[in-house]
Amino acid sequence: MIYPNSKTILEVRNLCASVSGTPILKNMNFTVKSGEVHAIMGPNGSGKSTFSKVLAGHSDYEITGGTVLFEGKDLLELAPEERARAGLFLAFQYPIEIPGVGNSQFLRLTYNTVQSHRGNEELDPLEFDDFVRDKMKLLEMREDFLDRSVNAGFSGGEKKRNEILQMALLEPRLAILDETDSGLDIDALRIVSKGVNHLANKDNAIVLVTHYQRLLDYIVPDFVHVMEAGRIIKSGGKELAVELETRGYDWVSDEYKAASRVAA
Amino acid sequence: MSEATLSSSSYLQSLLNGQARPAASTQVWLNQLRSSAVETVSELTVPTTRDEEWRFTDISLLTKVSLQPALVSNNLTAADIKPFLIKEATTRLVFVDGVYAPNLSTAAKKEIVVSNLYSELAKNSAVLQQHLGSHAEIKGNAFTALNTAFLHDAALIMLPRNATLKAPVHLLFIASQKEVVSYPRTLVLADNGCEATIVEDYVSLQDEAYFTNAVSEFVLADNARLHHIRVQREGAKAFHIANCSAILSRSSNYQSVNVAMGARISRYNLNIRMAEGAECSADGLALIKNRQLADTHTFIDHAQAHGISRQLHKCIVGGAAHAVFNGKIMVRHGSQKTDSQQSNHTLLLTDKAHVDTKPQLEIFADDVKCTHGATIGQLDNEEVFYLQSRGLSETLARNMLTYAFGAEIIERINVNSLKHSLEQTVLEQTSTQL
Ligand SMILES: Nc1ncnc2c1ncn2[C@@H]1O[C@H](COP(=O)(O)OP(=O)(O)OP(=O)(O)O)[C@@H](O)[C@H]1O
Ligand SMILES: [Mg+2]
Repeated sequence: MIYPNSKTILEVRNLCASVSGTPILKNMNFTVKSGEVHAIMGPNGSGKSTFSKVLAGHSDYEITGGTVLFEGKDLLELAPEERARAGLFLAFQYPIEIPGVGNSQFLRLTYNTVQSHRGNEELDPLEFDDFVRDKMKLLEMREDFLDRSVNAGFSGGEKKRNEILQMALLEPRLAILDETDSGLDIDALRIVSKGVNHLANKDNAIVLVTHYQRLLDYIVPDFVHVMEAGRIIKSGGKELAVELETRGYDWVSDEYKAASRVAA
Repeated sequence: MSEATLSSSSYLQSLLNGQARPAASTQVWLNQLRSSAVETVSELTVPTTRDEEWRFTDISLLTKVSLQPALVSNNLTAADIKPFLIKEATTRLVFVDGVYAPNLSTAAKKEIVVSNLYSELAKNSAVLQQHLGSHAEIKGNAFTALNTAFLHDAALIMLPRNATLKAPVHLLFIASQKEVVSYPRTLVLADNGCEATIVEDYVSLQDEAYFTNAVSEFVLADNARLHHIRVQREGAKAFHIANCSAILSRSSNYQSVNVAMGARISRYNLNIRMAEGAECSADGLALIKNRQLADTHTFIDHAQAHGISRQLHKCIVGGAAHAVFNGKIMVRHGSQKTDSQQSNHTLLLTDKAHVDTKPQLEIFADDVKCTHGATIGQLDNEEVFYLQSRGLSETLARNMLTYAFGAEIIERINVNSLKHSLEQTVLEQTSTQL
């Protein structure tokens, strides 16, 4: 939701990033204020996941230009774990499996690590168990999730729920959900969306990376952006997503090219 | 003879003559066993990297350590061994520098025998004569021959027909003196249908160099089921060379987990011979750092049909350490319907760490299912990043992933307190790697 006088959480200015010498992000500009929900759409390979991972601090990407301020601080200065502790959260498009690391142990460790860096109390295993089971109810997750290794053998949908469970535990200031809806059946989509809506409030913000309008029926965005070739080429309100659903991306691209020519 | 073989055979002689040989026994067969071992030693030399079986494992460092005869007096108390105790184990045999320590042991001598072999010699002469030294081949094996030449105290476990041992038996071999050689020896005779868990555990109370040269024989009669957990946590400068032979009769089941994390140089040879319908697993974890070398050689011999073998061997190699794994699987002519799986995974934590691995499948039967796979790699950066993105430091993330890699083996240990203490050790060890 858009609130008057809300604070800026994220401010990306002319961000350029490359991977092994190939530029992927080219002058990306993007601003998010507290309370807002943004959707980033765009064709495959346009750089949506790259943008998400650059924000989270993945070392594969070299920042070649631009600035990113996160609550006024230079985000690019921070190690990935410091970004997470500062309140940035990325739900991965492809959450990885970690056989041998128990999910409940992992969740408690991340929770306590982040809490202690924020100056809050840590929870002992028993307290944490109650706490996490409560959050799992919100996402209608089976209890045996806790006993398994992190994401190991989870179905695609289960992995995505586990990501949102982590979001619920870590209570980020800015959550970037990279295709969290892909691979979810309609029931799971409803449950996950309900969970995300429950977590959204006027002090945090959510960026949804998605290909599908149907997610946006559940989590209604304040802004919809279209990304192409490493930059945002069009922004609009939630109706833009509906239009993209019927018309595809080509017209946006054509419009952008025409506008660029005029500018030149 | 070249100079090298001269000096290496004289090294074996120096071991042979470096300490008093056991006094003659009343059992003539035992004296004969020892003297044929002495003879065998005289014909052999210390293996070098020119020997195919020792290609990757240079033990010349061992020949440079001056070794003295061990002092026999053992004045260890219960408090000294407390850190090593396994709370589930109600029977325990303790050997200090190879010598049986009755004051630290809790033996069993009724139907089930868990005792120092030397005190059982007269009572069980026939069966001991039949098995002792018949499964651990001395021919061509200088270390088994040396151990046999010094055969005296030994862990003996005799499980009668259909006996079930609920609690694990703990065989604790403690090195307490520096610059000595010890010859730990174990014989396990598991009669038809019996079931037990045996923990063979090598520990040290000091950090200087010494040499453990161990031999174990496990004999499983039809339908016997044994868990054999082997933990090698010798001192950092120790040399540990061990040979284990497991003989599996019809439909018996031998599950072994071997964890090697101590010693400057260690070598473990595990030979498993399987009769019809026998089943085994031979899992292992080598967790080494600094300049350690850990070599595991296994030989699983499907001598008859319908055998099932499973092997998962993992190495976590840090520092400038060197792991060796040689896993030979033999499926003999006529061993149809053999089902064998082997995998070997290595995690290299540094650029200087390295591993030599060699799977060897020799299959002489046509209706069999044999698979093997091996991987060597570093920690997955995506996994590290995932954990970091959840607020964990890079160091913690790497430790967790390393730990998880090893935990898969540790989890197979069916003695909870040992499993947990090893998990703790792995966690501590991995966190000092980086
Ligand atoms: N680590 C990498 N190494 C090499 N190329 C990469 C890497 N990461 C991204 N790329 C390339 O960058 C471009 C953008 O990829 P990215 O994954 O960001 O796209 P996306 O918009 O998320 O696509 P999708 O909708 O398919 O998820 C692609 O051409 C991709 O191949
Ligand atoms: Mg993507």
